[in-house]
Amino acid sequence: MAHTLEVRGVSLRFGGVRALTEVSFGVNEGELFSIIGPNGAGKTSIVNCISGRYKPTEGKLFYRGKDITGLNPNARPQLGIGRTFQNLALFHHMSVLDNIMVGRHHLLKNNFITGSLYWLTGARREELEHRHKVEEIIDFLDLQSVRKATAGTLPYGLRKRVELARAMALEPQLILLDEPMAGMNFEEKEDMARYIVDLNEEFGMTVMMIEHDMGVVMDISHRVMVLDFGRKIAEGDPASVLADPHVKRAYLGEEDEVLVDPDDKPAAPECAA
Amino acid sequence: MAGQTLIPAGDFRTSYAADTTVFPTTTSRNAMILGIVLICFAPHVVSAYVLSLLIQIGIFGIAALGLNIVVGFTGQISIGHAAFFGFGAFTSAYLSNRFGIPVFFCIPLAGVVTAAVGLIFGLPAARLKGLYLAIATLAAQYILLDFFARAEWFTGGSVPASAEPFSIFGYMLRGDKQYFYVVLAYVVVCYLLVTNLIRSRDGRALVAVRDHYLSAEIMGINLTKYRTLSFGLAAFFAGVGGALYAHYNQVVSNEGFGIDRSIIFLAMIIIGGLGSIMGTLMGTAFMVLLPESMEWLSVALRDSPIDQFLGLKNNIAFLREMAIGVIIIVFLVFEPDGLAHRWRQIKAYWKLYPFSH
Ligand SMILES: Nc1ncnc2c1ncn2[C@@H]1O[C@H](COP(=O)(O)OP(=O)(O)OP(=O)(O)O)[C@@H](O)[C@H]1O
Ligand SMILES: [Mg+2]
Repeated sequence: MAHTLEVRGVSLRFGGVRALTEVSFGVNEGELFSIIGPNGAGKTSIVNCISGRYKPTEGKLFYRGKDITGLNPNARPQLGIGRTFQNLALFHHMSVLDNIMVGRHHLLKNNFITGSLYWLTGARREELEHRHKVEEIIDFLDLQSVRKATAGTLPYGLRKRVELARAMALEPQLILLDEPMAGMNFEEKEDMARYIVDLNEEFGMTVMMIEHDMGVVMDISHRVMVLDFGRKIAEGDPASVLADPHVKRAYLGEEDEVLVDPDDKPAAPECAA
Repeated sequence: MAGQTLIPAGDFRTSYAADTTVFPTTTSRNAMILGIVLICFAPHVVSAYVLSLLIQIGIFGIAALGLNIVVGFTGQISIGHAAFFGFGAFTSAYLSNRFGIPVFFCIPLAGVVTAAVGLIFGLPAARLKGLYLAIATLAAQYILLDFFARAEWFTGGSVPASAEPFSIFGYMLRGDKQYFYVVLAYVVVCYLLVTNLIRSRDGRALVAVRDHYLSAEIMGINLTKYRTLSFGLAAFFAGVGGALYAHYNQVVSNEGFGIDRSIIFLAMIIIGGLGSIMGTLMGTAFMVLLPESMEWLSVALRDSPIDQFLGLKNNIAFLREMAIGVIIIVFLVFEPDGLAHRWRQIKAYWKLYPFSH
């Protein structure tokens, strides 16, 4: 079966730093695919290559068979690729509602002329139609009470949720989530995990997620890939990845290797960035 | 935009349409309509001098609104705005003199032509930011000023170009009293246009580019397009303002479009509130009225006992300039968020009265 997303031999270098070295993998349609790995392993770099922030030094990326290696970042929402950021990247001075409405940008047709004439050009009607869609997302993510709040004033956990809402508003078929649960407490993590499963199962989105919380990753992922020092060291279903000796070594350092029991979820390094 | 809006309890929106209205409450909308109706009586009530100030506030307020699009909403910088204002003034005069186009059409046309010029000078914004962009817009300022001086066919060179008075369907509007309504109509229309712009797709895109350009790009927003577009939009309103200015004075000279005027435009939007539509008008009023009130003060001071005691004499004019500078600095220190912000706080205070802290 052809992959929805295919990463073929991607390397990425920043001067002397090798962020990624010949990474290849594929994400299947409808899959919930997770990438794990220690800090600095190159996880975010992969997402940046897929969303167009970085151009790979070598290798190619294909989305539904189309070569997207050199495509502008702003052309990717049309193809159906959306993402969230590890470090919050909301529009701080805009309301939650407007933040999510920005996600509709590529779906809206009104422009600076028709938008300025609002009542005369049907822009108002169009904006309201999209407002309905946005309200559905707000309901789904339980953001009703903060929809008018300025995004920059919200607590961390809520901001992460607004970011997810904004990415959902793009109506992506492939959604890339960079550490959606970082810095959250247990309950918030549980909610977020639920939302992600719903994205995948109810909304039918293919999900690619980076996450440090091994418990969640092993629970909800269909397949997992492990990166270490920019290289892929394992890929497969959660249980086999967890049992992989390379993975244990990468996570716990060679000295501690003997102590690892496959059922014992290793304490993931907390993300600092 | 920022900050809380205070909506009275019991005011529940039942439709998204009701939720997207310009005014948060019907009271505030009615207050605005009442304000516009009241100001319609101004020509019959206020002195010719005050009327001329109101007209200036309207004209400069339209141009400043354009600058707020590029600086306040898109987060870029322009220190060449006055040159676009001048370009609009010359263009409108030229169109009516050369082609005999009625002034009624010349004003919006001047806006469109100036917007095209603004787009060209906005191209560096695709690559430059901050101080570098500031210098690029400064170049626009000087290139256009130089053009005004050289292009005699367009501007009349050193001889000021004349501009026809405003006419509508062959009926000539003469004098400030009638021109006031022209400016008022333009102010209302321009402010409505920008209000709509900001609450629709492209306006949100501009603000998104300002707030976080990297994620704006991931949301499908073409950074180059919107950074350049904001200069085009800014130039459009500068051009319309300039055209109104030309037909108000009925003469366009090369003066008054220099960098000092560009800086005053910047002062207007900073004092009014960056990214605030109504704040732009407040800031413009502030910057127009401040020198006038200082002038009035210095006249009052002349030959007064204080003047005699201090022996100020001709230094009064100098003091006036200094006082303007000092007031602006003091204002910026104590009101960094601009007049629009202060106004919201005053409104919030009175809504809670007498239970405010
Ligand atoms: N723009 C950049 N310039 C230079 N080096 C970079 C850049 N982006 C990433 N790197 C480097 O590439 C390597 C991989 O970084 P990346 O952000 O992909 O790691 P990560 O797996 O997401 O880590 P974390 O778990 O901390 O988020 C790191 O060594 C990092 O310093
Ligand atoms: Mg990362």
